[in-house]
Amino acid sequence: MGLFDIIGPIMVGPSSSHTAGAVRIGYVTRQLLGEDIAEAQIDLYGSFLATGRGHGTDRALVAGLLGMKEDDYRIPRSFEIAKEKGMRFQFGEALLKEAHPNSVQITVTGVDGKERTIVGSSIGGGSIRICKIDDIETNFTGDYTGRVIYMYKEDMKLSPHTKSKLEEYLKKKEQGAEAHGISVN
Amino acid sequence: MAFQSIEDILRTAREKKIPLWRILYEDDLEDTKLDKVESLSKMSKTYQAMKDIYEIYDPTHLSNSGLVGADGARMEKAVRQGAAISGGFVGMVMVNALKMAESNACMRRIVAAPTAGSCGVIPAVFCTYEDMFHIEEQPMLEGLYVAAGIGSVIAERAFVSGAAGGCQAEIGAASAMAAAGLTYIRGGSNDAVAHSAAMALANLLGLVCDPVAGLVEVPCVKRNVIGAVNAVTSSDMAIAGIRSRIPPDEVIDAMKEVGMSLSPQLRETGEGGLAATPTAIKITKKIFTKK
Repeated sequence: MGLFDIIGPIMVGPSSSHTAGAVRIGYVTRQLLGEDIAEAQIDLYGSFLATGRGHGTDRALVAGLLGMKEDDYRIPRSFEIAKEKGMRFQFGEALLKEAHPNSVQITVTGVDGKERTIVGSSIGGGSIRICKIDDIETNFTGDYTGRVIYMYKEDMKLSPHTKSKLEEYLKKKEQGAEAHGISVN
Repeated sequence: MAFQSIEDILRTAREKKIPLWRILYEDDLEDTKLDKVESLSKMSKTYQAMKDIYEIYDPTHLSNSGLVGADGARMEKAVRQGAAISGGFVGMVMVNALKMAESNACMRRIVAAPTAGSCGVIPAVFCTYEDMFHIEEQPMLEGLYVAAGIGSVIAERAFVSGAAGGCQAEIGAASAMAAAGLTYIRGGSNDAVAHSAAMALANLLGLVCDPVAGLVEVPCVKRNVIGAVNAVTSSDMAIAGIRSRIPPDEVIDAMKEVGMSLSPQLRETGEGGLAATPTAIKITKKIFTKK
């Protein structure tokens, strides 16, 4: 771990995994949708579900979906802010198979109608993994540089949009381009 | 990060003949994309974020559960009235540990060091020391690099999360980091720095993670006090010439072994220790059934 991973991050408490990590998952979800969120179905799993309310996980997730980062002092008021901005949200329980104990499945609908389902896990110290985007299994950290790396299986059923993006990427890769991944939009 | 051991850091310091903090600062520049100025600026900003809490601390604020809050103010009143025989310095270290840990529970903006649950330890030691002994910012920042360097080795060799290794991995690690940083700032030798960390960590081996109702409140807030005070006493011992019989890296390895042998009930599941007491169970029921 780097020095600033040990003394840091600056974050809103109380828990780096249940609060800061949750904010990050919400934030990355919003980035992956690519537009403001109109509605969110947030399904919690494992420890997130069991102790999330006490750790402010619910408020943290909503804060991230609103575009806040882990050090935003408005995080405790995210429910009120969501109401002001007209973002609707609902909490439920996720049915996930063998997921990390701090996981959440979020289905978001954008203001322009776009929909996306993300599964993310908070793996400790504020770090996260995005495990699934729609029907594609992924494994990336979601840090703020915005690189998205897909693991692509030949026989996977993909939506036409995702399929065309992937074909674009593979073509570029064949041509020797330094493509690290694709942006979802 | 290049350092797998504290011994590695000390040996590099002997070879390069530069101050301990520089070893860690320069090594970190190689890994991160920050330049020399950006790194110091970031450390300064981080330190300021710690101090900010003390400016905005509100003694009337309780955590959402109602379990913690206001003890920082209680302790401060006692210290200022001369009722705390721990003395002025240690008394204020206790005050500042309580205030920071309570602020974390109240969803304030804190610095995880190494975690949010142990965020009270380093600021309590550093900020109180700076205040009482009128230290300039630069030495304090150097101390933070030293503290972070020790923490990196602990994270590398063992763990810094209660879920993995119990509270000895969070408060214990934070205490070792604070001891090392403090000893460095006080002008301790590199050896003294390393041994203060060893003694601090050794003193907290076996400390369990048993959060009542799974919250980072009870006993977490008060454990920040022991972490901070333990750092001060370990630093004093090291400055007095006292050394850990067990070398620092072996202490870290022992912490790892102990952590792995702790039952899951004692590693942040809220199922053992204080979390499993009759009172804790009552509290848990009350919190999670109220709307």
